[in-house]
Amino acid sequence: MANAIAFLTRTRGRNGRWDWTDWVSYGYLMFGVFIIFGPILWLMMSSFKTEADIYRYPPKFLPHVQETVMVDGYDDPLPLYSIVSGEHKGRTLAQLRRVGLVAQMIDPRNPDERLKVNISDREAIESVGFAFGNYTEVFERFTLLRYFYNSTFITLVTTAIALIANSMAAFALSKYQFRGRTAILMVVIGTLMIPQTVVLVPLFMVVRELGLVNNLWGVIIPSAATPTGVFLLRQYMLTIPDEILDAARMDKASEWKIFWRIILPLSAPAIAVLAILSIIWRWNDFLWPLIVLSENEQFTLQLALNSLQGESIIEWSYLLAMTVLTLLPVTVVFMFLQKYITTGIASTGGK
Amino acid sequence: MHLKMKTAISAAALSLVAGAASAQEIRFMCHAQQFQCDAMMEQFEKYEAANPGVDVVLDKVSYQTILESLPIQLAGGEGPDISTVTDYGGLSQYFLDISPYVDTAYWEENFGTFLPWSRSNPDSTAINSIQSELAVTGAFINRTLFDQAGVAVPAEGSDWDTWVAAAREVAEKTDTPYAMAIDRSGHRLAGPAIAYGAKYFDENGDIMLVDDHFSEFVEKFVGWHLDGTFAQDVWGAVGGASYREAGPEFINGNLVYYFSGSWQVGRFEQEIGDLFDWQVVGSPCGDGGCTGMPGGAGIAGFNHTKHPEIVAGVLDTLAQEDNYAEYSAKALYIPGHAAVAAKGVSYEGLSPLATKALQDWGGEVAKLESPAVKLQGYFHNRTVFNISLTRTSQAIAGEMTAAEAVEKMKEDLEKAMAELK
Amino acid sequence: MQMPFRGSWGGFMLSVLTPLMKIVEIPFVLVQKFFGVRRVAWVFLAPNLILFALFAFIPIYLNFAYSFTSGGNILLEDRPDAGWENFRTLTACDNYLDPNSCERDVFWRALFNTVWFVTLQVAFMVGFSLVTAIILNREIRARGFFRSVFFFPVMLSPVVIALTWKWILQRHGILNASLDAMGYEPVWWLVDRQWAFAWSVFLTVWAHMGFYTLILLAGLQAIPRDVYDAALMDRASPWRTFRHITLPLLSPTMLVVLVLAGIKGVQTFDEVYAFTGGGPGSATTLIIQYIYETGFGGAPRLFGLAAAASILIAGLLVILTGLQFWANRRNVDG
Repeated sequence: MANAIAFLTRTRGRNGRWDWTDWVSYGYLMFGVFIIFGPILWLMMSSFKTEADIYRYPPKFLPHVQETVMVDGYDDPLPLYSIVSGEHKGRTLAQLRRVGLVAQMIDPRNPDERLKVNISDREAIESVGFAFGNYTEVFERFTLLRYFYNSTFITLVTTAIALIANSMAAFALSKYQFRGRTAILMVVIGTLMIPQTVVLVPLFMVVRELGLVNNLWGVIIPSAATPTGVFLLRQYMLTIPDEILDAARMDKASEWKIFWRIILPLSAPAIAVLAILSIIWRWNDFLWPLIVLSENEQFTLQLALNSLQGESIIEWSYLLAMTVLTLLPVTVVFMFLQKYITTGIASTGGK
Repeated sequence: MHLKMKTAISAAALSLVAGAASAQEIRFMCHAQQFQCDAMMEQFEKYEAANPGVDVVLDKVSYQTILESLPIQLAGGEGPDISTVTDYGGLSQYFLDISPYVDTAYWEENFGTFLPWSRSNPDSTAINSIQSELAVTGAFINRTLFDQAGVAVPAEGSDWDTWVAAAREVAEKTDTPYAMAIDRSGHRLAGPAIAYGAKYFDENGDIMLVDDHFSEFVEKFVGWHLDGTFAQDVWGAVGGASYREAGPEFINGNLVYYFSGSWQVGRFEQEIGDLFDWQVVGSPCGDGGCTGMPGGAGIAGFNHTKHPEIVAGVLDTLAQEDNYAEYSAKALYIPGHAAVAAKGVSYEGLSPLATKALQDWGGEVAKLESPAVKLQGYFHNRTVFNISLTRTSQAIAGEMTAAEAVEKMKEDLEKAMAELK
Repeated sequence: MQMPFRGSWGGFMLSVLTPLMKIVEIPFVLVQKFFGVRRVAWVFLAPNLILFALFAFIPIYLNFAYSFTSGGNILLEDRPDAGWENFRTLTACDNYLDPNSCERDVFWRALFNTVWFVTLQVAFMVGFSLVTAIILNREIRARGFFRSVFFFPVMLSPVVIALTWKWILQRHGILNASLDAMGYEPVWWLVDRQWAFAWSVFLTVWAHMGFYTLILLAGLQAIPRDVYDAALMDRASPWRTFRHITLPLLSPTMLVVLVLAGIKGVQTFDEVYAFTGGGPGSATTLIIQYIYETGFGGAPRLFGLAAAASILIAGLLVILTGLQFWANRRNVDG
């Protein structure tokens, strides 16, 4: 009984022994780790595979490449096969070429004699090997640094603008009694209901009128107006006692000073959360940048990733490599900041 | 790329005045594969060399950009000066007429078949685009699998049923997972349907899509998916108008018969390599002939450009016979230029297998039937393709019967036409 | 946690910003002097309201305007007036329970799909988040690590999420290979209607549950320990403790989670669209995808119809959320 209650609270059996609830808990958590990192790991492994290796069935976890051998008299390395049946069973041969069902092969130690082998009699010799070609190709093809810079610039500037504008609005909506407050609050919540996807066309018309097409600012400014941010910050600021403001006003502090010196520092956890969320959203934004930015030097990483999908042919090996590359910065940032991110959200979210 | 990293502030300031950048800069949006865009740029650079101060800048984009963003940008008077295009109908109002700047007789002679596609009305004599690539839909087979199974490749002129039987037999004997597959697209469906006898247009030349032959073909087509002849995850695994191909399955030898099109040759050459022999078998025949669908892309200039004469000059450079031949050889395209096509293109560095395949595709062009050509040039063809695609998929997914799907297509088309009038 | 505005770096920033702040202060002081302290609120609201006006109100207003027009033109001034036709055709059904009988059958399919999708998604989302939060609330070794693990997918872009799972679930993917190896028949995960739908729900839960877990965890940690000690004294059963103590005390947090998950659920688009494209057939076509394809992605582009559909949906959402807030007025006001 006590154990069962402990399951719901947070103490473990007092004697430090593992009971079944511990097994269940750790089992669940390990399963979670597997379900979450398994797919990502698989994606990363796949990105190091050659196009042929990618589609192998059944797939192998580690990337494999076929072993080759240099033979005198041939400029290119020749692929190696082991012969599993037929006349030459047991030998290791290098293939010159394959015609129909028959392969022309040679023994690397005796390159002058050409052998004919039925293709079903041979098996490729493979070893674990990472195909970095996908990555080098992506680096050659794209000005990745430029895209990385664009993505970062858009993400950071949008977040900065959103934080300033949203926190000011949240302050007004939480700490002032004025006519129209409820109406504005309702409008903010109303805008929350309408996803950007459904107003893409009218939104584009507005941005065009402002002359911001094919311009990073055309992505930055419209994305800065997030109703979620206003709502989240307002809910947090409501918990700040009014007495602090009154005391400051007694000291003749201007309203701006009250906001800047008192409210902002006190709302820091909520602002940090909004900053994190905003960075995540903007880094991953895709549809709106796709419409506004079409010139290559303004591409973000997500757009570069998308540009790999052609009209009728999708290049999976590059697509996977590029996917890993877009995911990498987020993962690195996350590894370093995970403690702040998770505790920040946990401490604000419940308010 | 001649762009250097700049500081955040100067980049931002620069982008604010981007409209007033280089006076003679021409933006060229390209959605083809990288080496093909590069082949186009190579010709454009010849114009740059002859006209100092002109700078053609390549923007390599996804097909989604061309289909979805480009129309919105153009409607707003924005967007590139030149772009590769496939949806001629939807964009025709924005095309730049370059006829004042070029030798119209030369263009008519060499691109005459395709020029009407990009015109907004039949009486127009405008020159709006250059056919940068001629594509034909049709099938490839994995020849090695046929040989292993000991099944004879059906003779030229065989119909769908013969091919289905043969492909199934090969798949069974060789234990190959998929007998047949066809790209998920309304365009790909149209060729076989027309060959089967569907007309798509009525006697007055108006679009109708559904007739008896069409319904029959859809019925069969759905049936082939349900009985497992066709790879189900191509048409069955996604929805809406999403495009899906089966190239990777073919490349890896998991597919006996693949109905796709001429554009796959370069890729097969590169990726199949030595794994097996493949060959082009074109389109199965029926009451409507042995036709596939023509296709491919054009390059067009847009009327909002500040430098129409440069746009015309750039396109005209590519249109010159020698340039076009050189470009086709590098991009591995079937030429859409009459004189170049007549002489034949000597493709660069291809294996005999692929060279033969490209020649075979050239031969398929001669088999195109008039409804197919007309449909490709039809103003609202994407609407027709999408309707046939989504409804057929619903039937394959079991949401409705094939007969109901065909009924729905009829209704959809009527509604769309009423709306678009 | 470390406050970003304190510490040496923050101090340095403040010293740089001080002159700037003096300038920024001017409008606030002036307004306060001439219009009174309450009106200062409008100065605080101004930047955000300008952004909202330009990029939310005007587009939404234009959207209204579009919904009463027809045709394929993009520019509003070129579009013929259609009156209420778009709304009529969207709502015209012989039998509202059978999408096939509706004039715009795909709209109704999408609507039904969305209702199912949101119901299942919210249920699983809340369920799994709650279980995870409860476990993370125990004395667990490496708790910070596990907490981060569950949050990781929240950071990923929808396209990456969809791609990853598509990669695993395709016919020749790793999941089928594993089934094959264990002697089971491979399954067409994305060809079968039910499976595709189930995986779409799974995918969104997988991607977003970390966020809700953290919020619920915070709610759990806010429950005082002595409440549980009292329950222990009363020999309350674990289920009763959970049912009568944990759940009621957690209910304000639950409300936040339910409302957020509900709204986000209805707005689901990117992940599922990139994952299944709405297929097979229209089995996973959700309402936002319908709007997107009708007005934007597909052919013909019927902006009017898409705008009308979006207004119907927004209306529905506003009513639903309004009801939720009305029922919990006190929570909203803090």
